[in-house]
Amino acid sequence: MSENIVTLNDIVVEFDGERILDKINLEIKDKEFVTLLGPSGCGKTTTLRIIGGFLNPDSGDVMFDGQRVNGLPPYKRNVNTVFQRYALFPHLNVYDNIAFGLRVKKIPEKEISKRVAEMLKLVNLVGFEKRSINRLSGGQQQRVAIARALVNHPKVLLLDEPLGALDLKLRKEMQIELKRIQEQLEITFIYVTHDQEEALTMSDTVVVMNGGKIQQIGSPVDIYNEPTNAFVADFIGESNILHGLMIKDRLVEIAGSQFECVDSGFGENTPVDIVIRPEDITLVAPDEAKLGGIVESVIFKGVHYEMLIEGYDFRWIVHSTKAAEKGASVGISFTPDDIHIMHRMKDNEKKEETAENEE
Amino acid sequence: MKNKIAAAPYLVWMIVFILVPLLMVAYFAFTDKDGNFTLDYVSDVAQYTPIFVRSIWLALISTVICLLIAYPLAYILIGMNTNIQSTMLMIVMLPMWMNFLLRTYAWMTLLGNNGLINAVLGLVGLGPFKMLNTEGAVVLGMVYNYLPFMILPIYSVMVKIDKSVLEAAADLGCNSWKTMVKVVFPLSLPGVFSGITMVFVPAISTFIISRMLGGGGNLLIGDLIEMQFLGNSYNINLGAAISLVLMVIVLLIMTILNQFGADEDGVMVM
Repeated sequence: MSENIVTLNDIVVEFDGERILDKINLEIKDKEFVTLLGPSGCGKTTTLRIIGGFLNPDSGDVMFDGQRVNGLPPYKRNVNTVFQRYALFPHLNVYDNIAFGLRVKKIPEKEISKRVAEMLKLVNLVGFEKRSINRLSGGQQQRVAIARALVNHPKVLLLDEPLGALDLKLRKEMQIELKRIQEQLEITFIYVTHDQEEALTMSDTVVVMNGGKIQQIGSPVDIYNEPTNAFVADFIGESNILHGLMIKDRLVEIAGSQFECVDSGFGENTPVDIVIRPEDITLVAPDEAKLGGIVESVIFKGVHYEMLIEGYDFRWIVHSTKAAEKGASVGISFTPDDIHIMHRMKDNEKKEETAENEE
Repeated sequence: MKNKIAAAPYLVWMIVFILVPLLMVAYFAFTDKDGNFTLDYVSDVAQYTPIFVRSIWLALISTVICLLIAYPLAYILIGMNTNIQSTMLMIVMLPMWMNFLLRTYAWMTLLGNNGLINAVLGLVGLGPFKMLNTEGAVVLGMVYNYLPFMILPIYSVMVKIDKSVLEAAADLGCNSWKTMVKVVFPLSLPGVFSGITMVFVPAISTFIISRMLGGGGNLLIGDLIEMQFLGNSYNINLGAAISLVLMVIVLLIMTILNQFGADEDGVMVM
């Protein structure tokens, strides 16, 4: 597969006996915007550092354009990094920071000044050449860091939570700008974040990680609509995650009632996890739905109201543009399309098994 | 108001023990024994030019040697893990726990014609070499005594350099040598300048080291000044004049040095 620019095969990293990465397998296509998404400590930054060459895996192969690059130091890889806290050179001005990589490679000054000017234009910093790094705002420093990496024309750009230190409005602007830059330059971006919204906004492919393992790889739409397990469902957006029983193909039992659904292939009478997104639920009169509850709270969130509905044995989160009355009795309704069935997560399975054995 | 009251004792201290003595040095330098104004003593200082040159030269050599030893050591130190770093720093500091005079006496017994080093060399049929009472011994004494003052400021600036900046350099194509030259060195310059100050200034005015390790033949400015105040050529006015000229020279050298240092982030090192 030559179109894969970066391939990780069975990458394992251990630190003080603790497994940070547990057999990571990942294929990243050329010109793709890939996001490694997960909570802190899930191994996403470690994965990025392995691709960048700052860390060597204890076992497994790192392939670059079909060639094994294990042990190759960062300066010999055709990869550049935008660091978490920018890591700009404090003794150099904006121009010299951006020109740094080209000067190391002994590119003629004339060519350097042309390429730096291009980059300054790309990141909207024309006129800041002579400015000292210490006199730039966070957003401007971020742009310099991006320009400093991109000026080297890397095949792959690694970004380690680059927007983490910016305020919300600036972050949204930079998200759009990064996506524009990536599409304009046609470079592979590998982006690390813990912000699910950021991941869904920018990526072609999202890699959800937890506990040193990849939980799911897919397009933002797939990840959101068809999470493979309760962790992914919970991490990507707010969810109602319930235990259920798959009676047979296209029939599932939720909270004691049977519902038609669109999933199949889980076997018969299999315990499963079920995700129903808060915005997919419609509140109806209590007698119009199989499930229901009492409205416990109503919070105004701007675009929608977030309501907590205390059901018989489950507390539902419901998003709706129409507010229900607090304390009212309501019915909870959803269509077969809205029911997402997932395999029960492993640790849950184990608990179930021991519980059954005791019975 | 509170700050002013808190600062008062320090102000008094500085006036009594720094400003007044400085003024007294200036007073004695420009007056004769009867208290009349004269420029004779200040102009007399010119005859000691060779001693000034030798002092500056030896202090310069010692400072450069200290820098050459201290800089790589500091660079190696910051790459080690924290436990080893603190142990190594303690070893660097260890000689400073002992009195300066005792340490210099120790070198006398080591370097002497019948000293330990010549004794060991004699066993393999070499020597004896004349090591004590040479300029080399004076430089050795200065380097030995002042090295920690070079290591500590360089180390403390280097250890604060963000590790991710070094990773950024590697990411942009620098091997470890280029990272050192293009990033670590410019960022550590403030430490280098304060190290140079802390070694050069005491080295240029030392008199114990030159007396003990240099013998009579390697007179330095410090010895010259000491002779005027405590020695047999007792002449307070001449001593004050030499001190004044020395201070002016040191001040000049430090100002020139600061011109280089201030280029980087405007950090003052004096």
